[in-house]
Amino acid sequence: MSVTTLSSSALTQRQPNWLVRLFDYKPFLIVMCLAPAIGLLTVFLTYPLGLGIWLAFTDTTIGRRGVYVGLENFQYLLTDPLWWNAVFYSVVYTGIATFGKFALGFWLALLLNNHFPFKSLLRAIILLPWIVPTVLSALAFWWIYDPQFSIISYLLVDVLHWRSSNIDFLGSPWPARFSLIAANIWRGIPFVAISLLAGLQTISPSLYEAAMLDGASAWQRFRYITFPMMMPILAIVMTFSIIFTFTDFQLVYAITRGGPGNSTHLLATLAFQRGIAGGELGEGAAIAVSMIPFLVFATLFSYFGLARRKWQQGEGND
Amino acid sequence: MTDTVAQTGVANAKAAPDTMAWDSGLRRLMMIYLPLGCFVLILLFPFYWMAITSFKPNAELMNYKAHNPFWISSPTLAHIKHLLFDTAYPRWLKTTMLVAIGSTTLSLIASTLAAYAIERLRFRGSPYVGLGIYLAYLVPPSILFIPLATVVVQFGLFDSPLALILVYPTFLVPFCTWLLIGYFKSIPYELEECALVDGATRLQILRRITLPLAVPGLISAGIFSFTLSWNEFIYALAFIQSGANKTVPVAILTELVTGDVYQWGALMAGSLLGSLPVAVFYSLFVDYYVSSLTGAVKE
Repeated sequence: MSVTTLSSSALTQRQPNWLVRLFDYKPFLIVMCLAPAIGLLTVFLTYPLGLGIWLAFTDTTIGRRGVYVGLENFQYLLTDPLWWNAVFYSVVYTGIATFGKFALGFWLALLLNNHFPFKSLLRAIILLPWIVPTVLSALAFWWIYDPQFSIISYLLVDVLHWRSSNIDFLGSPWPARFSLIAANIWRGIPFVAISLLAGLQTISPSLYEAAMLDGASAWQRFRYITFPMMMPILAIVMTFSIIFTFTDFQLVYAITRGGPGNSTHLLATLAFQRGIAGGELGEGAAIAVSMIPFLVFATLFSYFGLARRKWQQGEGND
Repeated sequence: MTDTVAQTGVANAKAAPDTMAWDSGLRRLMMIYLPLGCFVLILLFPFYWMAITSFKPNAELMNYKAHNPFWISSPTLAHIKHLLFDTAYPRWLKTTMLVAIGSTTLSLIASTLAAYAIERLRFRGSPYVGLGIYLAYLVPPSILFIPLATVVVQFGLFDSPLALILVYPTFLVPFCTWLLIGYFKSIPYELEECALVDGATRLQILRRITLPLAVPGLISAGIFSFTLSWNEFIYALAFIQSGANKTVPVAILTELVTGDVYQWGALMAGSLLGSLPVAVFYSLFVDYYVSSLTGAVKE
């Protein structure tokens, strides 16, 4: 008698209420776990992405639902010198800034890979430009580039006497373009340097020892060991860097807002000016969509261009 | 004769390491410390300039002939006082803090669950779900903000900080999920099997075993999300219109830059105060931050 009661109570214990059992049912649990992330991404990323492509084919403005107009927006863009100008500057900006960031960032990473005191403190300090809100450091650059009270002009004119007049950083097209590129490089160096430093630390020291025994010079060690070993991580970091430099918005919007005379518009700032400030949502969306082919091309180029060596080696091994 | 030769030979042998040591010391200085010093100087100068400008009186700001611009003769708190008491700056700070904490919490919950499902509750197609979430990270906000603005208006969230809290996870969740997948991978699966054998439910395992072990990953993901949402600009610029609801980066640029004469002192003070919370937060967790940055790249 007592035995049966015991077993029945054990049974009820082993079979908890239906809610707990439901949450232990694997397919249900998977759905519940993925729901928040997938839901958020679908509603606020995938849907807007599709909507953006649809908007690019309509003449929607703020407050008015547009109708389908086919390729009209894109045909208009192709005849628009401002769009061509923005494409030109976006490519120049991305090209020069990426090159600068990687050259200087790689150099900084190599320097940081040496042993010296206060290394971790230095590493922490170096990341600061990347941590601080871009717009706020851009404001500091705006002040540094001030036509009258620029500290760089002061240094060159009053301290070093190299020039006789102040530099007009943001007043004419090409100086303004290069000033923005310099600010972008300044902001991008820390990220590149710290990521590449992580890559450098994974290279086995025995490779260098072997090369030194074989009499390889410092340059040869860099060229034939460091560089090839860094290729995979370089490809990933560069892909990210190109995507986020090409679609940059903050620096340009904060420092020049596309001026002087629309010469420093990137595609993103032009899209903002037309789409949000000007209210032409359809046209703004078309400009934003026109970035996609460039992004896909740049991603494929940097990824496969740089990873090719590895891929060829892999094929050779098979 | 031979003696002297031997002596000079010894002297030479003694001198050689000395010159070499000196040589390599100088070499080290020129090749490592000098460039490193230049890098640090250039990377930090804008912050120094920002800080020094925010404490300079206007007379010094506009006159480099009489005052050395690299130093302050008579520091003043006037710009910071102006910022805190004559503008809505405290309110902007509060809004930014609310948005950053809200979106960080939301994305941490969503990405922890997603990472757990992908990495631990393995199911058919889980690698593809992971890849899909990773690809979402490659979609830059610049091509999304126009359609997102119409979505936000449709939901009746225009001009509300809630819109930002809901939208920021689009770039936070992919990053955090990817980071946490890496952390969950490093936790031995045997621990979970033991718990399963002992009769724990899946949720109990997540709460009692996996999460406590993944705390470093959660901290990394948390600070990364916090700084990213504190720094976000384009969505906040496009979705918020009224001055009171703006976040710090947007407000400084749109509310403080007025007219033709820029108040550089106040602008720089605003930038300094807006950067400080992230900088302090970052300095407290710098190791987590670096590991998350490099970990995400290595994945």
